[in-house]
Amino acid sequence: MDKLFTFLLATLFLAFSPTLCAQDKRPLKWGIDLAGGLPYFFGAPDNPDTYIGFEVDLIDALAKELRREINPENKAFDKLIQFVDRGDVDFAMNGLEITPDNLQNARFTRPYFIYRLQLVSRAKDARFTTLKECAEQGLKVGTLGGSAAVKVLKAHLEDSQIKPYEEQDQVFDDLSAKVVDAVLVDVPIALYYVVGDDHIEHRKKKYTGKFQMVGPSFAEGFYGIAIKKENDSLATELDGALGRVIESGKLKEILEKWHLWSPEQYRLYSPIRTAEASSGSLSFVDYFRLLLKGAGMTVFLSVAGMALAVALGLPIALARLYGPLPLRWLAIGYIEFFRGVPVLLLLYFLYFGLPSLVDIKLDAHVVAILGFGLNYAAYEAEIYRNGIQSIPIGQWEAGASLGMSPFLTFRRIIFPQSIRVILPPMTNDFIALFKDTSLVSVIAVIELTKQYQILTNSYDQHLAIGLTTAALYLVMSVPLGYLSRYLEQRWSKS
Amino acid sequence: MSWPIVLRNVTKRFGERTILDNISLSIPPGETVALIGPSGGGKSTLLRCLNGLNTFDAGDIEIGPHRLAPDARNSSDDLQTVRRSFGMIFQDFQLFPHMSVRENVVEAPTRVLGLPPKDADERATRLLQRVGMAAHADAYPQQLSGGQKQRVAIARALAMEPVGLLCDEITSALDPELKNEVLSVLEDLKRDGLTLILVTHEIGFARRAADRVVMLCDGKILEEGPPAQVLDQPKSERLGLFLRRVMA
Repeated sequence: MDKLFTFLLATLFLAFSPTLCAQDKRPLKWGIDLAGGLPYFFGAPDNPDTYIGFEVDLIDALAKELRREINPENKAFDKLIQFVDRGDVDFAMNGLEITPDNLQNARFTRPYFIYRLQLVSRAKDARFTTLKECAEQGLKVGTLGGSAAVKVLKAHLEDSQIKPYEEQDQVFDDLSAKVVDAVLVDVPIALYYVVGDDHIEHRKKKYTGKFQMVGPSFAEGFYGIAIKKENDSLATELDGALGRVIESGKLKEILEKWHLWSPEQYRLYSPIRTAEASSGSLSFVDYFRLLLKGAGMTVFLSVAGMALAVALGLPIALARLYGPLPLRWLAIGYIEFFRGVPVLLLLYFLYFGLPSLVDIKLDAHVVAILGFGLNYAAYEAEIYRNGIQSIPIGQWEAGASLGMSPFLTFRRIIFPQSIRVILPPMTNDFIALFKDTSLVSVIAVIELTKQYQILTNSYDQHLAIGLTTAALYLVMSVPLGYLSRYLEQRWSKS
Repeated sequence: MSWPIVLRNVTKRFGERTILDNISLSIPPGETVALIGPSGGGKSTLLRCLNGLNTFDAGDIEIGPHRLAPDARNSSDDLQTVRRSFGMIFQDFQLFPHMSVRENVVEAPTRVLGLPPKDADERATRLLQRVGMAAHADAYPQQLSGGQKQRVAIARALAMEPVGLLCDEITSALDPELKNEVLSVLEDLKRDGLTLILVTHEIGFARRAADRVVMLCDGKILEEGPPAQVLDQPKSERLGLFLRRVMA
């Protein structure tokens, strides 16, 4: 019996264990090249210690969605993917293109920007408007090393005609100094280095009038956030957060602020077939692995939620049975309230309501465990009460007659006997909770049902993935059902 | 340790009904007292007042150095000392069903008196031998007959080394042939000098073993005295009627 109490305490402790929260609350490391990336990420002109840029704004929005701090880590642009793969940073976002090459070493979120390449020449230079003309005339073209533009250049030019640079300023300085004849960069960069419009607040004024954009922009591609291939959970988390930033119109607001919005960016709102999506369907092993992880989360949430409910239910039942009058009313109020309120409302309130009311931001997993724990504690309290009251009063008197205190009598005599009455309905509740955990998808916890939803959003394999998901639920809940019936039968006999 | 029990004007009411009406009674240590009388006469209530399982409304009860006050105004320490000193045996045994016979006996000495498990175990073995239940030490209550259960209950009470036992119709639920095995244990305890207060319908046993018989009727003591006097020459018509009915 003492062991059971210790177990209850230990599980309660675990459910709130700071290590669990700490792991999730750890700030994310964002890999980015601090050395300059107008308009992505750059030191504010009036205060170089502060970084601004449209990716800074996007990161702020994502951090808000994820409820996690995100800190920039300075890494060389052309090595960002390697740093992600090695785990030095949690993710990289720095105008990284979702290209087949990059996808070999990292996975990407859905895109957050549709870019094109723009050819730039010195003002009044009329020798060329296309890469083909550059090639024919043997002109030198500068670009940023490690960017997708390098590959485009290689398709048109001799290697000797291509000059990669590490920093944007160097590319344009050399264009100005006639070291190169043209520059091929992403449109956002061209915009800030070439266009002389004063509405563009942070444009590079020192180059005003020196360059011109030539020919139409071309070679469309997508910026995405790069994540280590194996890090499924962060990928789905970031994907979800990015989705909400896009759908809420926040991304549009950010891009408009930085003069990067165009109607074609609306394509970001629906799934885009990027290099990854076009790779076809998922194999059974791939989605089974992901679903299994979701199932792990489902089990964790059920066990932790139930442990909290079981630990919380007992004092509530005791307060209701034996507490002084005010405490008794409080316990009855608790039970009636939480039995009467849908658990979904409770989850919404804890996750979205609490932060706006009292500035308490709980991790989604903590919210899930707390929500289920508080809700189910009301039911468990009644199960305890029923079990405790099923023990004849004579057992209390027998304990008292031996000089045992009421507490000792309860702990040693009454409670152990009531367990046989308590356990079968509690097992049933656990099965119910097990399925109720699917509700937490609304607060961005990725458990089995949410994982199914994520997978079928990207891959058109509803039947296969759906059946596998159902099978996973059944494999776990059916044995529990048998256990419950076994417990009922075994203990109704004696 | 020998504690006399003194009741002074103990009164208990339940709503309009008076269950105990101004009861005064003095029981010297080592005496065996049989409480007899018709059902609803207050015998069990009186017994249960002695160890605080029931409260009373007026008067007071002295048990050795302890004094039980009306209502529930007793310190729980006082109450628990009294309960430790007077074991209680119930009509329906009230063994702990989730514990073996040995665990039933060992529970209170280790948990309440703080006896080391080894000593408590030895004590249990000795007491179970005494009541003839040593062979069933590892059995569970539901495997025992009524007489066996009651003997375990007595061993469980004795394990607290009480100065007396309060027995509430402890043979009423037993078949006639099982009653004697329990009653002979009581006679044995009487020889050891324990104070025994029995609520009983066993007039034969009362005559044989009791030092004093107290007849309770409608919450009052109708007659009291040595068994020969009370049982054989009842003064009142009421007691005579009761005895004829019970003996029949």
